[in-house]
Amino acid sequence: MSAARVGVVTFPGTLDDQDAARAVRLAGAEAVPLWHAERDLKGVDAVFLPGGFSYGDYLRCGAISRFAPLMEELVPAARDGLPVLGTCNGFQILCEAHLLPGALTRNQGLHYVCRDQRVQVVNADTAWTAEYETGQEIVLPVKHGEGRYVADARTLEALESEGRVVFRYLGGNPNGSLNDIAGITSEAGNVVGLMPHPEHAVEELTGAPSVDGRGFFTSILKKLVNA
Amino acid sequence: MTVDSVKLALETPDERQPFAELGMKDDEYQRVREILGRRPTSSELAIYSVMWSEHCSYKSSKVHLRQFGTKAPKSEALLVGMGENAGVVDIGDGWAATFKIESHNHPSYVEPHQGAATGVGGIVRDIMSMGARPIAVMDALRFGGATQPDTRRVLPGVVEGISHYGNCLGLPNIGGEVAFDPCYIGNPLVNALCVGLLRKDQIKLATAPGPGNKVVLFGARTGADGIGGASVLASATFEDESQAKRPAVQVGDPFMEKLLIECCLELYQADVVVGIQDLGAAGVSCATTELAAKGTGGMSVDLNLVPLRDPTLRPEEILMSESQERMMAVVTPDDIAAFMAICEKWDVPATVIGEVTDTGRLVMTWDGETIVDIPPGTAADDGPVYERPFHEPAGQAALNGDGPERLPRSSDLRETLLTLLGSPNLASKEWVTSQYDRYVRGNTVLAQPADAGMVRISEVMPGAEETTRGIALSTDGNGRYAKLDPYAGAQLALAEAYRNVAVTGATPLAVTNCLNFGSPEDPEVMWQFAEATRGLADACQILGVPVTGGNVSFYNQTGSDAIHPTPVVGVLGVIDDVAKRVRSGFTAPGLRVALLGETHEEFGGSEWAHVVHDHLGGLPPQADLIAERGLAAVLAAAAAEGLIEGSHDLSDGGLAIALAESCIAQGVGASVSLPIEDAFVGLFSETASRALVCVQPEAFDALAELCGRFDVPCYGLGTTGGTSLTVQDVFDIPVGELRDVHTGALPAIFG
Repeated sequence: MSAARVGVVTFPGTLDDQDAARAVRLAGAEAVPLWHAERDLKGVDAVFLPGGFSYGDYLRCGAISRFAPLMEELVPAARDGLPVLGTCNGFQILCEAHLLPGALTRNQGLHYVCRDQRVQVVNADTAWTAEYETGQEIVLPVKHGEGRYVADARTLEALESEGRVVFRYLGGNPNGSLNDIAGITSEAGNVVGLMPHPEHAVEELTGAPSVDGRGFFTSILKKLVNA
Repeated sequence: MTVDSVKLALETPDERQPFAELGMKDDEYQRVREILGRRPTSSELAIYSVMWSEHCSYKSSKVHLRQFGTKAPKSEALLVGMGENAGVVDIGDGWAATFKIESHNHPSYVEPHQGAATGVGGIVRDIMSMGARPIAVMDALRFGGATQPDTRRVLPGVVEGISHYGNCLGLPNIGGEVAFDPCYIGNPLVNALCVGLLRKDQIKLATAPGPGNKVVLFGARTGADGIGGASVLASATFEDESQAKRPAVQVGDPFMEKLLIECCLELYQADVVVGIQDLGAAGVSCATTELAAKGTGGMSVDLNLVPLRDPTLRPEEILMSESQERMMAVVTPDDIAAFMAICEKWDVPATVIGEVTDTGRLVMTWDGETIVDIPPGTAADDGPVYERPFHEPAGQAALNGDGPERLPRSSDLRETLLTLLGSPNLASKEWVTSQYDRYVRGNTVLAQPADAGMVRISEVMPGAEETTRGIALSTDGNGRYAKLDPYAGAQLALAEAYRNVAVTGATPLAVTNCLNFGSPEDPEVMWQFAEATRGLADACQILGVPVTGGNVSFYNQTGSDAIHPTPVVGVLGVIDDVAKRVRSGFTAPGLRVALLGETHEEFGGSEWAHVVHDHLGGLPPQADLIAERGLAAVLAAAAAEGLIEGSHDLSDGGLAIALAESCIAQGVGASVSLPIEDAFVGLFSETASRALVCVQPEAFDALAELCGRFDVPCYGLGTTGGTSLTVQDVFDIPVGELRDVHTGALPAIFG
């Protein structure tokens, strides 16, 4: 059986693509580089939009990347059920592309924050979180200047009532996110966006002092293999 | 508008020229006239003035810096030494590392955010120009007193500038220093270090050989940034004029720099670059003269072809502009198409502006007229060299005579520890470092607050060997020590950076330095500089680590008040198996705690004297380099054998601070007794060449035996565990209280 293929997207200014690809490989999947300027998903089984400062965060984080040629392929594929994970800038891009509701704004404290953050898994039924347990507490690094999740009251209520809040910050909200929201999912549960970085918590030696991020990659792998 | 061409210069030999305003001395201007056999054109004057500025020519420091070469220890690791954009060392398995530290002090005072940001950008381009992928950065920062009002302007701006630029570039910030002293209030120090990785056979140099080869300017377009920055900001103090000169600070765009990094790496991979140089201070002037001087010797450039952000720029301004994110490459005509295609892929503008010639002249034209026609080496290499006079400062003997022995010592050592632990210099720097991304690229093994930063070598590069190796880096410098004795102060800075690398289990390999001093025209400052360079060169020889490059920053003074002489030293080390790295502090309960090294009564320039008594006098601790070498050997061997579970070096604040920080690291307490009878000395003396380690109880004898082999004293102090730091018969402090004091200090000041 051939390995599951997970696309890792690079926009100009993407920074965590090498790390994302490594995390995918460590989980046993094939990491397929996808280039922003090509309208080609290369037949991948899932897509990872990593963090960074695509297009220098000009205009608004993720606002320009949304219009990249690759996104013209990605958005309809995601609407058709392709599993997509966006972390940090990837989350911002997913919101700008309207694959996820709401927006990410400047941290309440106005400073960039890099720290090992306690996070609660609120929804363990998505394509990317099935290997966790609902209510499980994990540690993942956050590192961002614009990670404060905001949405109008109705959207927030819908997210909460439909169980689409996937992660919540514990032990201190690093950015002032509404409802302590760290990550959310689409209605179908195939698209997940979050500010923390699971790809920086997959090895004992490097990154955060935890390997709690591995579950994202084992979750998607299991799903793809069983599909 | 008329252009000051060579033709015009010949016709108007007596035209008065603003050389003094450009920072040139009378005799320097006369030398230019002699070299050219006529008056320089205004463009030539621009070139010579920036190339012969202190910043670019090292004219006051050169005679002293030569010692780093003449006294350099033999090192098989050294692949590229001083004089290139950065030094390169062999780190094994076919890999090489290149690293350098550079100052951006004056711009960071004028405009903290942009000054610090472009400091990061500049050093990263230096590393790129060696053919390497930049893999990590760190910063050594000095500010005025933490509670002085201007520090609240400068520090947050500097930190934000580094944070914004470095984070956007995707380079992990893995360490550095932050220190405060009122002597830096008008002259903060922002020293930025970058390390890069390349295959050993891949080194690129700044050279333009091969007549007919094309000269390509690529990256950002040229604007009015920093015009005169190199000579104006680095060659005179600016106390009354900072407003007027504000536009002289450059503005950075990290997004363009990130594209440049990826673009350059792809250009190297495609092997379409003959020579390359980054554009830093003195911009096009520096890149063209240096490339030409190190190549076939000639170059012709059409300045009209330089892509401009501001179309009104005059040729003189184009030559002096310090617009950021620009590089210059020499490319064969056959490779030009491939070169341009790669630049286009990365949306990096690239323009052929000239070509290499064999005329031995650098010739530039503007609107069809020749405006520059010089032998490039005269600007790049043959700048003035000064043997500045120096003598010991008038008050030095009195300063050294006023030792700390007379200072009263509190009997409440618990209180003394907490006071020191919460003082700005010793407090946790998390307020600063949490604004830096330390994880990006996924290779960070150790970062702040560890003694040294460490990254594993795992880069996707064609033809590269898999390796288990990692590199460790640390910077250190103590202005108070250097003020008391610049010779010993420089050695102590090296010793601590060397020790910081050693406690992680890595073997120190090479040195970079950033020498921050007052005005070289002051013989007392010049004495400090001469002593510091002599001390550093001697120490490098004994420790067997060569200086590979660095930077001198003079004129860090306001009026006649110079900063403390502040040599900042960076040390790079290698660890063969990065999985054997030693983590910082007490990593588990139930371990034996040992102190390696001897403790003497040394309080001159100490944090205790500074914080408790606001006193600076006497002599700094002795720099015992033989002991330092032995300690490093023990630490490397112990790490390789897997003997050590955790470690921490002893430095400012002595054993007390090392114990407290070791407990705070993982929230593990310890119960210890002191190695000597006098508890005050045992806790707070700052004797160098010491480290704290913790080992499994059954490994203690092996450690002691290893220490014996290298003549390193080894004292069993006690064991880790519990929730307090207990020093027998002295105090018992809960780890939570230590942490609150340690982490609360900077947020209380900076919010």
